[in-house]
Amino acid sequence: MTTANQNAVARYKNSFLKEVEANVEDGHMVKMCMQCGVCAGSCPLGNAWEHSPQKLFMMIRAGKRDEVLKSDSMWMCTSCYNCISRCPRKLPITHIMHGLANYAYRLGIAPQGQPTQGVARMFWDNLAKTGRINELKFAIDLYFKDGLASGMQVVWNMKEDVLGLVKANRLNLLELFSAHECQDKIGIQKMLAKAREIEDRRKGFTQ
Amino acid sequence: MTASIATNQTILVVGGGIAGMTAALEAAECGKQVILAEKTPTLGGRTSLLYRYFPKMCHPTCGLEINLKRIRGNPNVRVMTMTEVAAVSGSRGDYSVTLKIRPRYVNENCTACGDCGKAVAAEVPNVANYGLDKTKAAYLPHGMAYPQRYVIDPSIVGTPEGEKAKAACKVGAVDLGMQEETVELKVGSVVWATGWRPYDANKIQPYGYDRYANVITSLEFERLADPRGPTGGKLLRPGDGKEAKNIAFIQCAGSRDENHLRHCSRICCMATLKQTQYVREALGDEGKSTVYYIDIRAIDRFEDFYQNVQKDPTVSFVKSKVARIAENDQNGNPVLHGVDTEGYQRYATEHDLVVLAVGMEPEVTGVKLPDDILLDSSNFIEGSKSGGMFGAGSAASPLDVNRAVQSATAASLKAIQVIHKTAATEAAI
Repeated sequence: MTTANQNAVARYKNSFLKEVEANVEDGHMVKMCMQCGVCAGSCPLGNAWEHSPQKLFMMIRAGKRDEVLKSDSMWMCTSCYNCISRCPRKLPITHIMHGLANYAYRLGIAPQGQPTQGVARMFWDNLAKTGRINELKFAIDLYFKDGLASGMQVVWNMKEDVLGLVKANRLNLLELFSAHECQDKIGIQKMLAKAREIEDRRKGFTQ
Repeated sequence: MTASIATNQTILVVGGGIAGMTAALEAAECGKQVILAEKTPTLGGRTSLLYRYFPKMCHPTCGLEINLKRIRGNPNVRVMTMTEVAAVSGSRGDYSVTLKIRPRYVNENCTACGDCGKAVAAEVPNVANYGLDKTKAAYLPHGMAYPQRYVIDPSIVGTPEGEKAKAACKVGAVDLGMQEETVELKVGSVVWATGWRPYDANKIQPYGYDRYANVITSLEFERLADPRGPTGGKLLRPGDGKEAKNIAFIQCAGSRDENHLRHCSRICCMATLKQTQYVREALGDEGKSTVYYIDIRAIDRFEDFYQNVQKDPTVSFVKSKVARIAENDQNGNPVLHGVDTEGYQRYATEHDLVVLAVGMEPEVTGVKLPDDILLDSSNFIEGSKSGGMFGAGSAASPLDVNRAVQSATAASLKAIQVIHKTAATEAAI
């Protein structure tokens, strides 16, 4: 168990709902759920979830802290926003799912090796470096994440698409060496570090 | 009727449904002069289109019959059908109203013999059955219509069909030359009993009311269950005319939903519990009703009704707001998809027929009302700034028949007080 997690447990003992309200994006809306089940029924990936959003909300209110934060359910969300548009109470369900996932990750108790988490991490690292996404590097990181052999296989399978993109000037292979970046990339990195520092302090993630 | 008959001690009641009739009668029986203006050709409103009332499961004929008898016997009430309020100006105790009277093309000679209806071949959608069937273009709105007088649909006026109706009438009641009239009146107080309309089920996209023939509204189901309805009381589904035995009821179809109606329409839970008993009445133990709900709100004192329905083995309850409906294209059955809150199980359940318990929306939604009127966030009438106009019945709040009558009596008493104050002021002058 990480220190941040131990701190959080100590601070919010017996009230996981309060903990969620204080630390999870849009967590204050969790108590508005009336358990109608439309979010769960509307989710196109609903079958893949161990706990549906509606069930997660009830589990939060029931204080099932470990079951919620260690679950991989909210990591299944693809941000299609169907639940938000259907929710009769207009709960920002998608945002809460990402908020829960992020909170669990920051506490260091999110499930290890969850694929969505890996891709999100990859995307963030890529973006935070220069303030711009380097699509070529991102694609290479993604395709080769399971090793050289399987990566080569994917590239081979997609060679038509890659060539098409290059021909249409949608993909510049030189980006591998000199990526386009924001003018003040050091400024952006500082800004992100500061934001992180403020969040860490506010949510008690400081080690 | 001429303007000189009404004075600023007259009460105008807008809407001739159960609330409007009650408000008009309560005031008239206290000796006040009342004008009861109704938009359609008949009094009775949506109440007369119900099969039975809850909780006693009696027929609306009973309650309406008494009120119609009171109206017939009271010279203080003047009923104006096919009349709409075009404008209201002024303030408490001194309103000027403009009424627009659409032509009925049938005068008071009519004996409701029905010869014109027999003579005419043209048909129009039957409003009394929510358009589930058609009626002749010369028609009596429904069996309980008051006044008992035929109506000629404007679509056949000026056509040979219209002439057929005129030729068939033995008492000279058909007058195809009638024109729209406008009447200006002075009144002291206005009671708005403009009622409600079902929320447009087409707007609830995932339920496919617009796409699937076997998804109907609770009001259409009332007509299916009624022996005077389009199927003679048989629960035949619209898709293929087969008898529906396994029927799903979906609660909060449009109500309690920020995307549709924000309010709880209150009546729908009781209406559905009542309708499960229509299924039992029609099919006995062979029928099966399944109620999909968020929570059952059997408005307090009807809790015993709910408990009795719960004991009925043909009725089952699923705590879940259905997420979407699909159609089995083999047999036209609607398939309900969702997640059951009790156990969080995913289901895909097939039924013969789906009844959407649609919410109540004020009939005046989208209508420009006088500036004096105050509305709440769901367009229900709260009252007026100068205190001379009142909402009654389901125009004021989503109410069942019983409570609409109570609300109308209250509104009527307030209107009477306005008239008394007006009279006192005039006497002092």
